[in-house]
Amino acid sequence: MNNRAAPRLGEPASLWRMRIVPVATVMFASALPLMLPLVANSPVLPPLGLLFFLCWQLLRTEMWPVWIGLPLGLWDDLFSGQPIGTAVGLWTLASIAIHYSSQRIYWRGFLHDWAIAALLIAIIQSLAALIVHPGAATGRVLGLVVPQIIISALLVPLFMRLTGKFDNFRLKRR
Amino acid sequence: MVRPVHRRPGQSRKAQYSLFAAYVIAVTGAVAGLLLAILSVVDPIGFAQLRVVSQEITAPVARVSRSVIGSISGIDDTVGAYVSAGSQNRRLRSELADTRRELVATSSLQEENRQLKALLKLQETDKTALANGYLLTSTSTSSKRIALLSIGRKLGVTAGQPVRAADGLIGRVLSSGPSVSQVLLLTDVDNIVPVRRARDGLPALAYGRGNGDLDIRTLNIANNPFKPGDILVTSGTGGLYPPNIPVAIVVRRQDDGALARPLADPGKVDAVSVLRPYTPDNIEAQAAPAPPPAAPAGATP
Repeated sequence: MNNRAAPRLGEPASLWRMRIVPVATVMFASALPLMLPLVANSPVLPPLGLLFFLCWQLLRTEMWPVWIGLPLGLWDDLFSGQPIGTAVGLWTLASIAIHYSSQRIYWRGFLHDWAIAALLIAIIQSLAALIVHPGAATGRVLGLVVPQIIISALLVPLFMRLTGKFDNFRLKRR
Repeated sequence: MVRPVHRRPGQSRKAQYSLFAAYVIAVTGAVAGLLLAILSVVDPIGFAQLRVVSQEITAPVARVSRSVIGSISGIDDTVGAYVSAGSQNRRLRSELADTRRELVATSSLQEENRQLKALLKLQETDKTALANGYLLTSTSTSSKRIALLSIGRKLGVTAGQPVRAADGLIGRVLSSGPSVSQVLLLTDVDNIVPVRRARDGLPALAYGRGNGDLDIRTLNIANNPFKPGDILVTSGTGGLYPPNIPVAIVVRRQDDGALARPLADPGKVDAVSVLRPYTPDNIEAQAAPAPPPAAPAGATP
């Protein structure tokens, strides 16, 4: 009889866990800001869901189909306060950009990943702010999100490490 | 990361088609999403209802985390009060806040008296709140300044009602769910409040800057009459916010008006009140019960 507690040789990781862990981390990170008792006067928190979304795609480019930004972006829109559809569009365009860059840049390194994530966050947050406030002056709207973009760009390595930890858990056998 | 292997799916027609289909779905969905976003900017009320469900999910967690973290900061306050200098500082600050509140109240009352004497009889609105609640959380990652209020439709909160704290105006209700509602804060870029200077009734408009401050612009651009320390209250013009709610204090002059700071900081207030919108039918409805037999004809301003 087998000892059920120990992993057997060649046994694959749990399929459910492999699929659920990445989606669950992004969804929880999207919903987290609305669970904190913080009434902010300006966009102070980094976009946690977006950070996890980009890090997962940079770490495992082929794990998700390219349209995964549609459902995950819709979920993020429900919680972020942005008009519904902003993240649906921008996140999907971001994952197309990541897929394209992974064809262009073979053997991406850590610095490549960091630069791609920071650039995509800057573009997504700026465009999202411009979509929300179409009537306001462009320079002022961009000035609102600049601190957030800088904080997010500095936090990318931390989120890479976190994503790696979750990835280890995801692929662990038993 | 590792070089992707399956980028070119080889000779398999099925793999080629499925990769192509994924891109078609992604591009179509992205374009549709952006169109939807532009639509919901144009019509924010209709799409705000979609968000009610997600807020009903997070609101209980926010209530719990607020009570936990609130009690922690309460401990911090208690410890600080043991230090004599700290307690004195606290007492003086609260006295200052009270005095400022009184100052605002008296200056706006003086102005009110002057107007009542000089001009026609303006109806004074009922200052009692429709419902009281507290701010749970806010959209801290977005450039939209929306806070979540702990009460909703069950207590009579509906869209368009003004929200105020003891210190001053907070914003207005954007949409309401069964037990929580969204409040568009005063400092949102899209929130414009008609105000007047408490001292002399100079009319102006307060525009949110999105970073916690307000831009004050006068209606006549000829001269810039603001001085630091000027206190602005709502004027009641436009019919949403009742008059004489304190709004902001001028911090410094600018080229085209002034920079002001809201008197009520949404991050620090405890309780907020939801008021009735200042519309003609509400004003009449509140004026009618006081003199029941004599219904004032033509009282609509």
